[in-house]
Amino acid sequence: MPAKVKRIATDTVGLALAHDSAELHVQGKAVYIDDMREPEGTLHVAPGYAALGAKGRITVCDLSAVRAFPGVVAVLTAGDIPGINDCSPAMGDDPILADGEILFHGQVVFAVIAETRDAARRAARLAKIEIAGELAAITVEDALEQGTEDVLPPYEFRRGDPGKLIAASKSTISDSFHVGGQEHFYLEGQVALAVPEEAGGMLVYSSTQHPTEMQHCVAKMLKVADAFVTCECRRMGGGFGGKESQAAQWAALAALGARITGRPVKCRLDRDDDMIMTGKRHDLRIDYRAAHDRTGRLTAVDAALLARCGYSADLSLGVNDRAMFHADNAYYYPAVRIKSRRLRTNTVSNTAFRGFGGPQGMMLAERMMDQIAHRLELDPLDVRKRNFYAPGRDRTPYGMKVVDNIIHDVVAELEKTSDYRARREAVRAFNAKNQVLKKGLALTPVKFGISFTLIHLNQAGALVHLYTDGSVHLNHGGTEMGQGLYIKVAQVVAEEFGIDPERVKITATTTGKVPNTSPTAASSGSDLNGMAAQEAAARIKARLVDFAAREWKVKPAQIRFAKGRVIIGNQSVTLAELARRAHQARIQLSSTGFYATPGITWDRDKVKGKPFFYFAYGASCSEVTIDTLTGEMRVDRVDILHDVGRSLNPAIDLGQIEGGFVQGMGWLTTEELVFDTQGRLSTHAPSTYKIPCASDVPEDFRVKLFASAGNPASTIYRSKAVGEPPLMLALSVFSAITDAIASLKPGCMPPLEAPATPEAIMKAVKAMSP
Amino acid sequence: MTARNSIRFLRRGEVVELTAVAPIRTVLDYLRLEEGARGTKEGCCEGDCGACTVALGSLKDGRLVYEPVNACILLLGQIDGKELVTVDDLSVSGKLHPIQQALVDHHGSQCGFCTPGFVMSLFPLYQSGAVANRKMVVDQLAGNLCRCTGYRPIVEAALAACTGKPDDAWSEARLEIAQTLAGFDDGTDLFIGDDEEFFAAPAFDEALARLTEKHPDAVILSGATDVGLWITKQLRPIRKIIFLGRMRSLREIVETIDSVRIGAAVTYAEAEPSFAAIDPDLAELLRRIGSKQVRATGTVGGNIANGSPIGDTPPALIALGAGLELRKGRQTRALPIEDFFIAYGKQDRSPGEVVAGVSIPMLKRGEAFRCYKITKRFDQDISSVLGAFKFGIAQGRITEARIAYGGMAATPKRALKTETAVKSLSLDDPAGWAAAADRLAEDFQPIDDHRASAAYRSETARNLLIKALTEMAGEATRNTRITGMREFAHAG
Ligand SMILES: Cc1cc2nc3c(=O)[nH]c(=O)nc-3n(C[C@H](O)[C@H](O)[C@H](O)COP(=O)(O)OP(=O)(O)OC[C@H]3O[C@@H](n4cnc5c(N)ncnc54)[C@H](O)[C@@H]3O)c2cc1C
Ligand code: FES
Ligand code: FES
Repeated sequence: MPAKVKRIATDTVGLALAHDSAELHVQGKAVYIDDMREPEGTLHVAPGYAALGAKGRITVCDLSAVRAFPGVVAVLTAGDIPGINDCSPAMGDDPILADGEILFHGQVVFAVIAETRDAARRAARLAKIEIAGELAAITVEDALEQGTEDVLPPYEFRRGDPGKLIAASKSTISDSFHVGGQEHFYLEGQVALAVPEEAGGMLVYSSTQHPTEMQHCVAKMLKVADAFVTCECRRMGGGFGGKESQAAQWAALAALGARITGRPVKCRLDRDDDMIMTGKRHDLRIDYRAAHDRTGRLTAVDAALLARCGYSADLSLGVNDRAMFHADNAYYYPAVRIKSRRLRTNTVSNTAFRGFGGPQGMMLAERMMDQIAHRLELDPLDVRKRNFYAPGRDRTPYGMKVVDNIIHDVVAELEKTSDYRARREAVRAFNAKNQVLKKGLALTPVKFGISFTLIHLNQAGALVHLYTDGSVHLNHGGTEMGQGLYIKVAQVVAEEFGIDPERVKITATTTGKVPNTSPTAASSGSDLNGMAAQEAAARIKARLVDFAAREWKVKPAQIRFAKGRVIIGNQSVTLAELARRAHQARIQLSSTGFYATPGITWDRDKVKGKPFFYFAYGASCSEVTIDTLTGEMRVDRVDILHDVGRSLNPAIDLGQIEGGFVQGMGWLTTEELVFDTQGRLSTHAPSTYKIPCASDVPEDFRVKLFASAGNPASTIYRSKAVGEPPLMLALSVFSAITDAIASLKPGCMPPLEAPATPEAIMKAVKAMSP
Repeated sequence: MTARNSIRFLRRGEVVELTAVAPIRTVLDYLRLEEGARGTKEGCCEGDCGACTVALGSLKDGRLVYEPVNACILLLGQIDGKELVTVDDLSVSGKLHPIQQALVDHHGSQCGFCTPGFVMSLFPLYQSGAVANRKMVVDQLAGNLCRCTGYRPIVEAALAACTGKPDDAWSEARLEIAQTLAGFDDGTDLFIGDDEEFFAAPAFDEALARLTEKHPDAVILSGATDVGLWITKQLRPIRKIIFLGRMRSLREIVETIDSVRIGAAVTYAEAEPSFAAIDPDLAELLRRIGSKQVRATGTVGGNIANGSPIGDTPPALIALGAGLELRKGRQTRALPIEDFFIAYGKQDRSPGEVVAGVSIPMLKRGEAFRCYKITKRFDQDISSVLGAFKFGIAQGRITEARIAYGGMAATPKRALKTETAVKSLSLDDPAGWAAAADRLAEDFQPIDDHRASAAYRSETARNLLIKALTEMAGEATRNTRITGMREFAHAG
């Protein structure tokens, strides 16, 4: 049981305020980068690539027709880059423009700069590029067969000797299955606008989760010092991990164009180009063997996560590590080995996507639970509960002890509120009666580790100004992609000053105000930036208190900030009045704030330490119906109970939970990435790649926040991160589909692969036919 | 007769008249690049995400009707005579429109990029005066993708705002707007440009005949739900466009006791009631074509003319035994619709010839119809397989059979061998059904693609026939399907 935490009374924190830009959103007045009034003379860039070929040397690159097209100002190739031709986050293996060879279909070979975007796009199609095609590895299987060199070395967690235990056990399971990738499909595609400044400076507006990385990438590409490049982002039209490293290439191309032409240059990708040229969620093949006892409790697990990483490393290290960190989900594996291979393929480099590998890892855990249950004909929920972490069974495969476990409580409550047992009976009765349609039910848990596993990223900075009219200017290193980070942090700052959040002016994230930032990722946005902003505000406040105590001759403890006023002993003044007087007295009304997450230690080489500050928990129960003649599937009802600690903003948190769940549901059902044998992505548009739409969301959708006493870890107002964990609640949909198919042949596990498209469901249905 | 050389539309209460209109100018580019109205977003530029949704007001049978459309693939010339409403117009001096306010109140936006499109998809529902229910709302929003919210708050906002009592600047000005639009309807032919590059929108048969004769190379345009993508995605250099949307003779629906004739330029939305009158499965089929936006502009004629093997209406029309009418110049000819589809990308249509209409026989006593559209996602998705079945049934036996599939061959195609095998089957002989269904393997050799494998297509095609027979044998569709239950349909 987690320790009791003290509740702090708050005025603004915890309110279900609307998103700070909600009124602008609904009026079309929220400005995204493509909506900004272009500076005079703005040019447009379009990327060009080879129509055919996934791997090989570029033998012909005839761009004469491109150059000759009316309106074209410049055509750029690798040789035009003054500095380093790389937009990778770390490994130096992502050329901005291909240099002599291409490694996946869709790799950018050149960029056209033209007076209009239309001219740039038309010109880009006129290139004649030929590739001396070599044998390309497209799938995980290709990579394994061809023995291509992995993008990164394998990695492993291990405890005990699972191999030996499994070999000796009478009750074992094993399988090999695929978990599909996922296109981010942020509604706003990749976009950047670069404006050249005097003396070699460059201002880059980029739709990115990682302005600092954009700054660094542009600086080294232009061969200028970081200080000469500023990157700014007010908002993104969605990110989901797809605008972390993947935004860099477009910012770089815009900046390169701006440098070469001396004019502002905008790069906004066409949707199809965006889908072809930018990385996606890693798809995996998961191979495993495991042993369990008669009650369905695991005794040993031996699993291999084989990830398609694409042609380069990108963020594959962290993503695949996180897949390993979540291969246990909420379950204890007594003896365990989790192996991970990071396979190189000639496909676009896979990248961060909400959950960052975690969802794929959890698929292993839930697959094993389902397999044990269906084989033993036990209720899968009972098997799950039996395997939960519990006192004495609380060490993860990577050695960290789970001390804040509330999964038993969360699941027990959801089991009750969802009426699981009665519905289990109803489902059984339905299936006994119906030939064509079959129902399935599943209740699955989520335990998700919070912190960047790359420890140094767990830091944030903020900058707060108090003006003499009592209004506040807020800035921090986190970016807004719709997740509501800005309003949450503004609530924290408003709380600190005791003012209405409307008095807090939220400003665009820029490397010029808060430097050396971490990406807004890993669900860490409000944990980190909330703390940093709170500290900045608290510092200003401390100076004011100090000043007021002297001026009014009261003790600091007698000064409070509330409702726009400052109560000083038995008098009160407006915050504006106090600010004005403090300013007269030459007190600084501006401060930075900084935060570094305490107590996390992770030594990757030694596989040792505590990578996570805490865990976020949740559970969901899904009921589905499948059509055994067509494989069509409908989600009938979903119940969710999710733990956000003490919510900073319940409306925003609810939005994250529902949105995350639906996105996860899409990943596991309708969203299918198909590459043809030549390595071309066939599903490169919303016409062929189907994310959930309104009618896919179950009519009966009951979502609740877990009544939490607060995060036992000392986070900002004891809240918990909420960006990623809810996505994995959707695993209950996949398990429910498995359950429905399992009803066709008791005692057997359906070989269902993800995504569970109608075709995948039919395949599993056929395999279960008597 | 002289043609009008400008387009006119109503915008923010003012008449906009444009004479210099590039034939392929889209409404979205017009708004964002020319007007500088950037509330309307581009998410995909191919009609699938709805971020670019704007509303068009037009008179239908004298009534002012608003419909959502995808500005990204709608050509500027197509809005002639209509009212164009965009998200930028809705709030009045800072006061949010009820739809906007409801979205704010229900936390209906996160990143906000999809939001203008949702607002504009809901705007027509609001104006319609309908008391919205959930089913209506999700159908209204099928063409709007949101990657952030999970839709629940948007649906709730819609339910809260669309209560059947429109009360805004548009409901107040209905009469005025209707008058202005009526005034636009001058019945003239429209021609902007010159012989080398033009946007033509004839109103009369004579003018159409003259244009198609003189410019057999011109692109015939109906709803642009295909042609729009040629422009935005394939970047085809189209210079001559003949738009059929103003052709009175092609926009008629004529219903008689035993058939309905639908003019080629009738939109899906306009045709829905006529299809529904034949059979509830057809109503559902129409409902599942694209989205409200696509159905507001896309036409039945376009769906046939483009000859796609995965178009939704052709297999159903083939099974129903529909007849097609083609017109070239002043010549008209008729043929059974299945004969129109010759091979992949090849139809029985010569340059300059237009599809004029389709005549569909009503179902007779003793005839039963079923059709099923199979997709990865229920709403706004293209079929991997579509099966359509019309059987004549007497004394529990099948006496007549017309079976057609989409997605199973290079064209929408009849299953002639299977039809033969099905005839004389008893409705209580499932073993016999299975044997007949096996004949599908002789009728079709489907292909693998990103929508489905050949194996899945074959298997599903077979199962759809079994499903149709199961249902015709009396099983309630709530036990045989998970969408489009017939028991809940009104018609049929
Ligand atoms: C988002 C989206 C979703 C879609 N969903 C579906 C779906 O679910 N089911 C489905 O079947 N289709 C779907 N489509 C495809 C589209 O609706 C059809 O292809 C449609 O029938 C085209 O009709 P249109 O009136 O828009 O034709 P246009 O785009 O105007 O023209 C299409 C073709 O037909 C020709 N043409 C049009 N009218 C005539 C005529 N009267 N005589 C001769 N030639 C003519 C044109 O020259 C062109 O070659 C979808 C399209 C989009 C963009
Ligand atoms: S931009 Fe996506 S539908 Fe128009
Ligand atoms: S709010 Fe982001 S896509 Fe809808």
